[in-house]
Formats: sequence, C-alpha cells, structure tokens
Amino acid sequence: MKPKIVYKNQPESFKFSEKNLEIAENILKKYPKERKKSAVMPLLYLAQRQNENWIPLAAMKYIAKYLSIPYISVYEVATFYSMYNLSPVGKYFVQVCTTSPCLLRGANQIVEICKSNISPNQNEVSKNKLCSWTEVECLGACVNAPMMQINDSYYEDLDKENTNKIIKSLLEDKPLKSGSYRNRKNTAPENSNNLNGGKIA
Amino acid sequence: MEEKLLKKEDKIFSNLYNEFGWEIDSSIKREDWKDTSQIISKGREWIIDEIKKSELRGRGGAGFPTGLKWSFAPKKVGSRPHYLIINADESEPGTCKDRDILRFEPQKLIEGCLISGFAVNAHTCYVYIRGEYLNEGKRLQEAINQAYEKNFLGKNACGSNWDFDIYIHYGAGAYICGEETALLESLEGNKGQPRLKPPFPALVGLYGCPTIVNNVETVAVIPTILRRGSKWFSSLGKPKNTGTKIFCISGNVNSPCNVEEEMGISLKELIEKYAGGVIGGWENLQAVIPGGSSMPLLPKKICDSINMDFDSLIEAKSGLGTAGIIVINKDQNIIECMARIAKFYKHESCGQCTPCREGSGWMWRILERLAKGEATHSDIDLLSDVTKQIEGHTICAFGEGSAWPVQGLLRHFRKEIDKKCIGEPIIKKKRNIPYLVDQHLLEKENA
Repeated sequence: MKPKIVYKNQPESFKFSEKNLEIAENILKKYPKERKKSAVMPLLYLAQRQNENWIPLAAMKYIAKYLSIPYISVYEVATFYSMYNLSPVGKYFVQVCTTSPCLLRGANQIVEICKSNISPNQNEVSKNKLCSWTEVECLGACVNAPMMQINDSYYEDLDKENTNKIIKSLLEDKPLKSGSYRNRKNTAPENSNNLNGGKIA
Repeated sequence: MEEKLLKKEDKIFSNLYNEFGWEIDSSIKREDWKDTSQIISKGREWIIDEIKKSELRGRGGAGFPTGLKWSFAPKKVGSRPHYLIINADESEPGTCKDRDILRFEPQKLIEGCLISGFAVNAHTCYVYIRGEYLNEGKRLQEAINQAYEKNFLGKNACGSNWDFDIYIHYGAGAYICGEETALLESLEGNKGQPRLKPPFPALVGLYGCPTIVNNVETVAVIPTILRRGSKWFSSLGKPKNTGTKIFCISGNVNSPCNVEEEMGISLKELIEKYAGGVIGGWENLQAVIPGGSSMPLLPKKICDSINMDFDSLIEAKSGLGTAGIIVINKDQNIIECMARIAKFYKHESCGQCTPCREGSGWMWRILERLAKGEATHSDIDLLSDVTKQIEGHTICAFGEGSAWPVQGLLRHFRKEIDKKCIGEPIIKKKRNIPYLVDQHLLEKENA
C-alpha cells in the first residue's frame, strides 16, 4: 500500500450540510438497521465531496459519531482505500493510469506532460491552485488506453497532442469534454465493419 | 475463416457498443425482460438445473461453475436472510468488459439479478461497483430506477411473487476488493482484507448470512441462457468451456477493442480479425498475457496455436482469467513490462499476509534491478524462490496472482533475463542503490 499523508493544517470542525444530511439518511436506508457501519464508505465520499475533494480528520470524527462507531474504524477505512484524499487536491484532480496496458501505449508521455505543466511532483497543487495530478493503478478502460481520469470523468484514447490541450484547458479553468479523443464508438474496433454479426467488408 | 466468427443471432450483448441505446425501452425491444415471470414460475430447481446443464462458468476469473455455486446456498431460508452480491469491482489490468455491461446493457444485469436472486432465495442484492466507475454506477442507478417504474423490481417484482431490491455500493480504489470475502468486508464497512475460508460465503457471508457472489458478466448472461435454453449455450464453445465471452484486447494492437466471441476461438484469429493485428505484424509479437495481469504470459510460439478457453490455457500453464488479453510486441522491453505489473501488485497488496506483503515488494525490486541490468545470476534464483514462497501461503488468491506472472516470465524468457544479468554480485560493489532495502547490510559493521 502507498502510505497516505494526512494534511497538517486541519480544520477545527466539520458537519454535513442540510442537503447532505438528507442524502446520508437515504444512504443509511440501503443497509439493515443494525448494520449502520456499512454506510461508512458512502459517507466518506459524501464528506469528500462537501469538502473540496478531501477528507479532514474532523469529518472522520463526525462520521464516527453519526454512525455510533469508534473513530479508529472510520480512520482505518479512510486510510486503506486509495480514493479517499486526506490532503487537499486541485479543483481538477488528474489521475493518470500507468499500469501495463496503458504503459504499452505511452502513458509515460502523459505523465511527462503532467510533470511539466501541472507540477513536478505528484499530489502537488499547481501554481494557480487549480490542478493536481497523481499516477494511479489500472482504471479499467484498457482498450481505450492511454487514458486519465479528471475528477469523475474518463478521458480516453489520448496522445501527446490532445493531452497537452486537455491539461492546458484545465489550467485555464475551461475543461474540455471527456470521452474518447479519437472519435471512437466506445470500445468497438476501429476501421472495421465487424461491429455486429461477423460481416467483414 | 469468415464463417467461423460468432453469428449475430448467437450474440448475447448486442448493445455492447451502444449502437441501439441503453434505455429500458430499447432493451425491451432486444428481448430483455421477455417472459421473465414465466421463467421464474418454473421454480428454482429448474433454474439451477438449467444453469448447471449449460455448463456456465463464472466470468470473474476463477471459472467456477455457476450452477454449482448456487446449489451451495441453503435450500430453505432459516433465521438469517440470504444475499446476492454482484461483483462489479473490475480492476484486473487489461479487463474492461463489465464497464460496458454497466453502461450499455444494464437491463440484462438487472434481470439477471432478479432471476439469480430468486434462485438463491435472496430478496436483497448489492452491486459492488469500483469507485472509479462513478458514471457507470450512475447509469446503472438510472436503469434500476427505470426498472422500478415498470414494476420489474420491488414488491412482487415483474409479477413473480418475489420481492426484490437492488442497491449500489461503491468501492474506493482497492483492487483486493474484487476478492469475494474482501468485498464482503468492504461492504460491511471495514478495510478490504480477505477472510479465511472456510466458512465459504455461501453459508457465512455478508453480515454472517448466506451470500452468493457473482461477477457482472456471469449474471448478465443468465436471462439469455434461460430464454434460449441451456442446449443452445452449451452448443457454443466446447464441453466444460461453453458459451460466449467478452474478450478485451489491449496493448500493442492496431485497434484495441472489446468483442463478444465464442469460447475456444483461437487467439491469433481474435487479434487479427477484431483488433486489427499486432502492431508491426504477427511476426513482431513478443508475448501475450491472456487473462488479465494475474495470468502467466505466453510467448509467441504458444500464441500461434492457442485457443482461448479455460482448459486449453490451463494446459499451457496459464489461464483464461477475465479474458483481458494484453498484447506485447517486440518493441517493448518484456522485463520492464513485468516489473510494472509487479509494482501493481506491490501497491495493491492488502498487507494482511506476510508472504504477499513482503514478497510482492521483493519481486518488484528484483525485477527493477533486472530491467536496469544491475541484477546478478543469483538474483534470478532468488526471484524464483520468492514466487514459490508466496504461492499457496496466503489467505486469498492474490498471492498466486502476483507470483504467477513472474513465474511465467522466468519460464518463457529465461534466456533474455540471463543476458541482462551481470556476473558480479552487487553486494560486493558497495554501491548506493536506493531500491535495495537491505542497504544497511552493505556497511561492514552491520553485516
């Protein structure tokens, strides 16, 4: 596991907004009444969304109280899973997949572009505070490699040129749209009439 | 060759690329939810029997017979409710088939959930989706809502006299949660660390209740099997390896893609007919990882003639796994490529069992040394020894998953590795190498 660094400047307190309290109530309904602990993962996501995409310790304490479970049970979950950010990230959080299928198709170039445009190190917010990046393991879009995830969306079938454009657009706070950058129809084979039913042109 | 390809009418996932729309109305046109209540009215024995006869094997990697798994659930519901869990924590490098089912064929999955839930006596189903698939999860939720509107779910779901609810639970970026007991731990709100088996989840699973965990693709094909009949399904492929399968072809091919094909299709045909061939031509092929990164790679010699099904690949000392085919051509450094896979396992080990936690890092460091040409011949034996120490000594199959690819590399690319080695043991040279953990041993007084 990659060690996670808990941010130094922690806010004093945290509580769910009214809207999120309502969402939290609905989340609890998904699980049996005596199994409230199951809701810890969705509630951590909720806290992360409310707090600019990272989770302060105060939020973990708040969730522990909310679910009547020990603080350590929340803390160990928040530190175990890689998608919970324990330090601030940029408004646009770029996650570059560098596992083998993406690597074979040039994920290294994307990492280089992030290094030179956003910040030389991972998990470091860019100078204008808008963007940060990190390398991640397989994001499960291997046939659209290389790819990256920006906040919730996948940017697929990238090359040097359009990655540069996308990263620049983030730094200017005008993000380009997500999806395939080679005009592909999802995961279908390109340049082939083979889509359905074994017809070959 | 042309007539060998899977016929259009034999495909299960006709909307794999979203050519026709994912909404419930267009999927009903594609025969989803047709006669579902009639299928259910035939009873759970008939359903389980039919699935057993179809010889459907789980599509999540292990290839366990689905009908058999279902029959392990208690026949009568006791004091504890039964649960059905759908494993959509697709994180195996090279695999992206479940994502397409969640996005474009959600009704097949939902209908499959209802039928499977009925077959194993479960009223509640959780779909565990990996956290990164947020948009896919939203799509599935929309599809579930559409199904509720049509009364296909909820009380008396689809007129079957069976109450059934589906909930989505997101993971948060842990590969290990694809292991079924780790998934259950995660769903209970704990760290995703696998449990000891036995007891198996079928008897003691989620919240200590009988639980059946199935992969997305497995459940999504079930309605079609029951509608078209087990005979149709088992007529495809070959005995014990029946039906169709979604293959994901990635890596150094001209057009990487997902494609549904018959089990047992030849690898070469798959790559050349659908993925546009290897970059630089078939002769430029170096190796193929046939079933997601956990499966040992196959050198070109074997790739020339291998068929893609569970048993053929086991014979070749590899496995079908999730059918995520990663093609590596001769322009790549195979050792670097495997070192990256070892790094993946080092990163994703949950840290519960010592052999895996320590061994995965150890393998990665030796492979990095090899890739840089700083390893010695004794390192190769050490590497081979470490893989043997991990394999079979861990709670879950992650240990095997991390050791097998390295063993595959040693088995098939020994010559290349030998060439890369330097004769002199590095320890004598007293060089400062940051990734050598036992650095302190280089100092004489500590040795």
